[in-house]
Formats: sequence, structure tokens, C-alpha cells
Amino acid sequence: MVVPEGCDPIIEVRDLKVNFYTYAGVVKAIDGVTFTICRGETYCLVGETGCGKSVTSKALTRLIQPPGRIEGGEIYYYPEPGKRVDILKLSEKELRRIRGSEITYVYQDPSAALDPLYTIGYQVAETMKAHGLVSRIKEGVRRAVDILRTVAMPDPEVRVRSYPHELSGGMKQRSVIGMAIANRPKLLIADEPTTALDVTIQAQIMDLLLELKRKTGMTLLLITHNLGLVAEYCDRAAVMYAGRIVEEAPVRELFKNPLHPYTQALLKAVPNPLARMDKLESIPGSVPDLIRPPRGCRFHPRCPLRMDVCSRERPPEVLRGRGHRVACWLYTDEGGVAGG
Amino acid sequence: MVEALALDPRRLIRGEEPLVYTIDLKKYFPVKGLIFTKGYVKAVDGVTIAVPRGKTLGLVGESGSGKTTLGRVILRLEEPTSGKIFFDGRDVLKFKGEELRRFRRRAQIIFQDPYGSLNPRMTVFDLIMEPVRVHKIRVGDPQEFVARLLEKVGLNETHMFRYPHEFSGGQRQRIAIARVLALNPEFIVLDEPTSALDVSVQAQILNLLKDLQRERGLTYLFISHDLGVVRYMSDYIAVMYLGKIVEMGPAEEVFEKPLHPYTQALLSAIPVPDPEVASRRKRMRLQGEPPSPLNPPRGCRFRTRCPLAFSKCTEEPPLEEVERNHWVACWAVSGS
Repeated sequence: MVVPEGCDPIIEVRDLKVNFYTYAGVVKAIDGVTFTICRGETYCLVGETGCGKSVTSKALTRLIQPPGRIEGGEIYYYPEPGKRVDILKLSEKELRRIRGSEITYVYQDPSAALDPLYTIGYQVAETMKAHGLVSRIKEGVRRAVDILRTVAMPDPEVRVRSYPHELSGGMKQRSVIGMAIANRPKLLIADEPTTALDVTIQAQIMDLLLELKRKTGMTLLLITHNLGLVAEYCDRAAVMYAGRIVEEAPVRELFKNPLHPYTQALLKAVPNPLARMDKLESIPGSVPDLIRPPRGCRFHPRCPLRMDVCSRERPPEVLRGRGHRVACWLYTDEGGVAGG
Repeated sequence: MVEALALDPRRLIRGEEPLVYTIDLKKYFPVKGLIFTKGYVKAVDGVTIAVPRGKTLGLVGESGSGKTTLGRVILRLEEPTSGKIFFDGRDVLKFKGEELRRFRRRAQIIFQDPYGSLNPRMTVFDLIMEPVRVHKIRVGDPQEFVARLLEKVGLNETHMFRYPHEFSGGQRQRIAIARVLALNPEFIVLDEPTSALDVSVQAQILNLLKDLQRERGLTYLFISHDLGVVRYMSDYIAVMYLGKIVEMGPAEEVFEKPLHPYTQALLSAIPVPDPEVASRRKRMRLQGEPPSPLNPPRGCRFRTRCPLAFSKCTEEPPLEEVERNHWVACWAVSGS
């Protein structure tokens, strides 16, 4: 396990496995994922559709719904340094005290997160009441004005009485963030929080998240497919592919010195708006079917550097430099020899 | 006051011959009240652009800027409220009957959603042959024809008798491309063709589109909100805001030296996949959100969010050439 120096963990995930039992077969969505999130940092899970980044984030508070099931591994949450909570052993009631209060979520689609029949103020108040921060909704609605002001909602006194359909996408997402921070969470999980928004609004929302993080000292877990957001806003990132973490590193290191062939290919496939690019490199093929994932390394059918061993055995995690780990045979003694 | 009509689209991009151009094109959608029309959404409001033959004009803007409507009006998928459209030197709005049919073959569109644009009950073979039959194009042996097209777009003949649901998003977009190529068009409107795809697959489709353009001399109008993709694909760029073109010019120049404050803000808002650059570059953040297109601000439509706005901005700024082929509609840039 790789943890940066001086890391005070808030979340520890070890060898997590999640399966989905569908009619077509068992989808091995998460297959042995291990990582640690340090208190106060912005940690990122990045990857393409179906890589398991959202499932992983949901597993952190056991939000996996049937036909999905957590099949193995450990998840620890540290509300404060040295105090360890085993998420997988908590009762549903104990878990509910954490979820929505200490660990909260912001999803991609703010319309789906808001109830169209209630005002924004009521919904913010409801989250506070559910976790005992206020005793009456009325009091919560009063406090909601301050919360909406914190998330830079224009005219918070008016908006607190608005219904979701009266707000724009950006304002809705601000309300959802308001609900998520109402209980002063220790960890905020933002799952593609800006994917449904325009770029100028995306920038506003990301700035807001970082500012809230700075003000409250909360930890941010960002789930995204957008490498630009990773580069601009995160401290450390884990690249996921087909249900596994293939590489993890501090963000600067990851972009400067990507080790895994998938990370390398991904970085070359993104068109950069600030640089002239003559040829984009594409990754041949498409993401594998996780009912019958490839044996060995799950990236090997698309990998330009694959070796014999890659299709036989799962690559071990290799530590290369400070806090930089990669799961690839190229960097092992065996692979290095075979490859060289 | 400078009339928008004074702008000659054939002089927008000197040194190139436009295949398609528009003059003061407008598309207003009525908004119905209880009994009477309450007002109009001015989706496209006086747009004059030119797409040079064999090149790509990238059309960028945020949701609601009117870029998709503009693409559809140019193809006459929507009738414009006013203005003119020319294709290969001829007035598109005058086309009727056989002439219109020929235009429909020569000018094509590829949509964003490869899940919605292909009939799920037709095989790939039928999907590709349908437009060919509609336009009564002689192709020799149909199976051989389809097989050749599939190969061209990176699929193969084993895919011919399968249905859309058996394909991934990227493969479906390849089928949509093959379908368009079957008609041998000259002009293609690409409306966010890769927005529904993952980056690794997006690169495949973008490269395919570029190769096809080079091979067949195709002319593209490339509509996208993703500035990285637009920069990669385009020779020229037009930036839209609330139904108007605010800046237009050679792609490299617009990206390296954006002049309109909106273009500058847009560029500085995109997250760049490079932490070194990200931490160094200066940021320009827009306050607020785009106003409603139902009731846009008078004069320059960007002035309510513009950091440089001054009194003059309540008048409409004309599109003016600031440098060769580089046009901007902004009082703060063009002065006077």
C-alpha cells in the first residue's frame, strides 16, 4: 500500500470487490481495488465509462444496490485521527448517521437529486433535520439562506423559496452542493459534479468546491472522466480501467511521468485546447465486457506493449518513486527482462 | 450605424473559396402564451458565416447559443425566419423538387447521439442502403458497396447483417458515418459527433473524420462545446453567444490570440490536461449565467457578464475585421 508521507487517512480501501449479478452473467465491476484518501486532500478517481469509479465511490458508504453486492475487501473510515470505523461491519442505522452527514455525495445530474415538489429551502432544511442539526424545518429553512449564500447562490433569500424547475442547471447544482455541505461533512464525494454543465459554469462550480474545502477543511473525492479537471483541481489521482486501479500518483507526477500504457495512451488521446496537436493517438478497440474480462491484465488486448505474461497473470503493483504505483508487468523484474 | 448586411460572407475568409455561406441568417422560435405568441427565442439572430471548401469551420458555444439550430437551418432541416444561405454559389432557399433533393444528398449531417440516430430495427446493411435507395444512386452490387464502406470506416463485412444494439457507441458512430458517406456528400454538418463517446474512442472517430476529409476533399461544419476537440479539427473557428457570432478567424489565431472577452473567458474556463500549465495560466472567471435567449440584453448580448463592458455596449457591436481574416464583434476591441 502506498500512502504519501504524513498522510492522515480518512478512508482506507483494501482489495475491494464488487459484483453485479445480472441475467447475462456476473459483472465483475470492481476487482481488487486498494487506495487511501488522506484527510484534507482532493483525491481523484479518473477513468472512462464503466471503469468502476462511481461504483467504488458508492461502496464507500455501502450504497451499492442489488443486483450489486460487495463481495470482498475492507473499507475503513476515520472520522478523526486514530479512530477507525469498519464500514462493512456497521449496522444500517449506524451507517445512516455517517452517510448524508459526515460523508456526503454530489452527483452529475442535479435534477435527479432534487425533489420537484419541494422548495430548495425545504430540501436543505430536511437534510439538516434528518441529522439532528435543527429540530424544526422552519429553523432549517432560515439556516438554508446562509447555506445558499455560502454556495454563492444569487439572491439566496428569494431562491430559498424556489422550486427546482425555476432554477438553471448551475443553480440546481449549487443547491445540491448546499445540501451536501449543510451538515459540515468530513468527506464530500463529488461524482462528475460538472459533467452536465457548460464550461463557464463548470469553472464556477469547481472553484466553489475548492473554496468550500479550504474554508471547512473537508476532504474531497472527485470522480471524473475529464483529465483537465484532474490536472487543475486534484492533489492525487488513481486511474481506473475495467474495475481496477492501474496507476496512482500525485497529479503532477502522473501527468509528467505516466507509467501505465493505458495512462500514457489516455493522455495522448485528449485534445488539448491550449496546444496545437497534429495527430491524436487513439487507443484501438474498446473497453472489455466485464462479464468475461480478459485474463491477466485487463488492458492487455488493447495494449501496444503487451507481453506473454500479460494475458496469463494479473500484474502486481509496483512502487516507482514517491507515492507512484503502477500495476503493469513492464515495471517488474520478470517483465522488465521479458520486455527488454 | 453599421448594418450587418454590409458584411459580405465571401470576404470573411480571404484566400479561400466558400462552399457554404450565410447572410444575416435568422431563426426565431415562437413561444406560445395562453392565446397569443408571448415572444420569440432568437436562436440564430443575424449570422453571417462562410465555410471554405475542403476545410473545417468549428462552431463553438455553450448550450443555448444556437449552434445546433444554425447547423440545422443551413441544411434546411428548419426553415429560417429570414436571411440567405448559399451552397456552391446557389441560393439554397430557392431549391425545390429535384434540386432540393440533390442538395439533400450533397449536404449531410451526423448527430451527437449514435443511439438515437440509427433505427434499431434495421440491420447495418439496410441502414446504409436506405439513403442510397431514396436518392436512387446506382452502386453496382449492394453488398460489395456496403462492405467497402464498412471497411472505410474501420468496420468489416461481418458486421453487415447485425443490428445497432450489438455495437458500442463508437462503432455506431462509425455506422452513421458510413451511412453518410454512401451518398458521397460534399458538405457535412457534424453536430457534437463525439460528445457521447469516451476519450479513447473519441480520438478514433476524430482521426477517421480527418482522414476522410483529406481523402475526399470534404467540407465540415464542426459543432462542439469541447474546445480541445474543436481546435484539433478546425481550420477556422466561429464563436457563438446567444444567437450571434462574437468572433471568427483562423483556428490557431483564435486560440492563441482570442480577442473577444467571451472567447477569452471560455478558453480560460476549460480545464487543461496539464498541471504545470494549469497552475501558471491566468484565469478569467465569468460571473453569473447566460441570460435567457427569450429576453437577451439589448446591444452586445455578452455585456451583462463582460468584465470590460462600458456604456457603448448597449449598442450592438458590428463584426469587424481586426486582423486578416480575424473578425470580432466587440466595442472594447475594435474601438470607436
